[in-house]
Amino acid sequence: MKILVCISKTPDTTAKIAFADNNTKFATDGVQWIINPYDEWYALVRAIELKEADPSTILHLVNVGAVDCEPIIRKALALGGDEAIRINSENTDSFYIASQIAAVAKEGAYDLIFTGKETIDYNGSSIGGMVAELLDLPYISHAFKFDLEAGNALVVREIEGGEETNKVALPVVVSCQKGMAEQRIPNMKGIMGARSKPLKITEPIAADSLTTVGSFDLPPAKAGVKLVSPENPEELVRLLHEEAKAF
Amino acid sequence: MSVLVFLDQADGHITKSSFEAANYASKIAEQSGTTAEAIVLGTVADDLSVLGNYGVKKVHTVSDPSLNNFDAQVITNVLAQAVAATGADVIVFSNSAAAKAVAPRLSVKLKAGLVSGAVALPDFSNGFVVKKTVFSGKAFAHIAVTSAKKIITLNPNSFTIEMGSGIAEIMPFAATIDTAKVTVTAVNKITGEVSLSEADIVISGGRGLKGPENWGLVTDLAKLLGAATACSRPVADIDWRPHHEHVGQTGLAIAPNLYFAIGISGAIQHLAGVNRSKVIVVINKDPEAPFFKAADYGIVGDAFEVMPKIIEAVKKLKQA
Repeated sequence: MKILVCISKTPDTTAKIAFADNNTKFATDGVQWIINPYDEWYALVRAIELKEADPSTILHLVNVGAVDCEPIIRKALALGGDEAIRINSENTDSFYIASQIAAVAKEGAYDLIFTGKETIDYNGSSIGGMVAELLDLPYISHAFKFDLEAGNALVVREIEGGEETNKVALPVVVSCQKGMAEQRIPNMKGIMGARSKPLKITEPIAADSLTTVGSFDLPPAKAGVKLVSPENPEELVRLLHEEAKAF
Repeated sequence: MSVLVFLDQADGHITKSSFEAANYASKIAEQSGTTAEAIVLGTVADDLSVLGNYGVKKVHTVSDPSLNNFDAQVITNVLAQAVAATGADVIVFSNSAAAKAVAPRLSVKLKAGLVSGAVALPDFSNGFVVKKTVFSGKAFAHIAVTSAKKIITLNPNSFTIEMGSGIAEIMPFAATIDTAKVTVTAVNKITGEVSLSEADIVISGGRGLKGPENWGLVTDLAKLLGAATACSRPVADIDWRPHHEHVGQTGLAIAPNLYFAIGISGAIQHLAGVNRSKVIVVINKDPEAPFFKAADYGIVGDAFEVMPKIIEAVKKLKQA
């Protein structure tokens, strides 16, 4: 079995969100970069578990990004996986990125393609679905449980107010979220081993971009909290009812 | 030319956020001098002509029960046929589980630029620019869609409905339906609860509540206010509450009218998921809790003393 896990570089979850160049670019000064948590904790770790259960599994990682993505790719390889492919391109349009991943995925004829449910920077939630459509494969999004059974995938995914169990024959594309696996920390053996794992660099294929990011802005600052005395919590209810008209 | 909105349904009923998406679609249609049409898949119990009140002129229905089995690929192909038949060049979804699975596929199929998680109407003054949340709710981006066809998924509770009056024409749509590759083998839904992403009021609890046995303070208030319940990440991680209640950066991002947080300190990752709420109330005994900086109202006090009094006061108010 061959698995491809898509990983993306994102700012750390505690990074200060600020913008530069007239609010057209994310201000990267002092920002720590991490593997997008959904890609790492859920997609990658679940794929590693599948490889542990069946050591004949081949596990590849793919990233679309510039050379500054290599530290997070090495970190991913330290967690597990046999080799990584970096498609040497910077772009923020999801159709363009999905086109690059689909080209690599087609070439590698994978049985299973995992993505995170979204990146924590652009929150597009779109790469998995786009890759699936480009490859004419079924797609299950927002999965939090994944098992294999006689060539079929049994996947539990989140729906509004509950969950749904899906059965589908491989190959399939799955986007992963919390619940799929437990977060792991790379150990020394993994970190040393990652250095000698292949990290292949390929150039992007020609593909269109359908969107461009114009500018960013931050939510307006709050006016400040109105504190109510703990001796008189009834006053809070009155304020919410009469002033904020919240109920 | 038209604007086509996909109406999501849950158990035969059109969802609240789909009505928002329908009204949003009709406003786009108005601004571009065209009309809004809708499409509904599967068996629906509701009277769809009321969509007219939301500005939708026609509702296309594909009532084949096989569509109740959700396979994103099958749904995408039906929607692509509807887009071709209506000549739609803007397609709108509410940003639901279905949209997250279908909209990206449709984007590829139609070569239509996709903006997911929109929070405002497109700005036509310089092309077609849509405001969306980025950085998990900590900021907004203005995305220009440069393709001829465009797809928008609208975040729930982000757009205020303006009701009009009208009767939508119901039109059965004859679509070719593919054989599904994905089979739904089980559905486990909590019925009777208010949907967290669509709720007007959300009551949420954190570790400050000390244990799942104390959750009555959250659920009693929620029941009185018809609110949904939520929790912070540590609470879901230690299984005090189910995972689907976790709001925050790695959980659900919500934007209710009122977010009422009890015993939650307000870590930056939690704030990311709730800071689009219109009114935020924080009850915490630690005056240094970062959540107070993001709150509109607050009480620095012990939730176990304060909350029973608040619940009593709300009870009185509701009886009045």
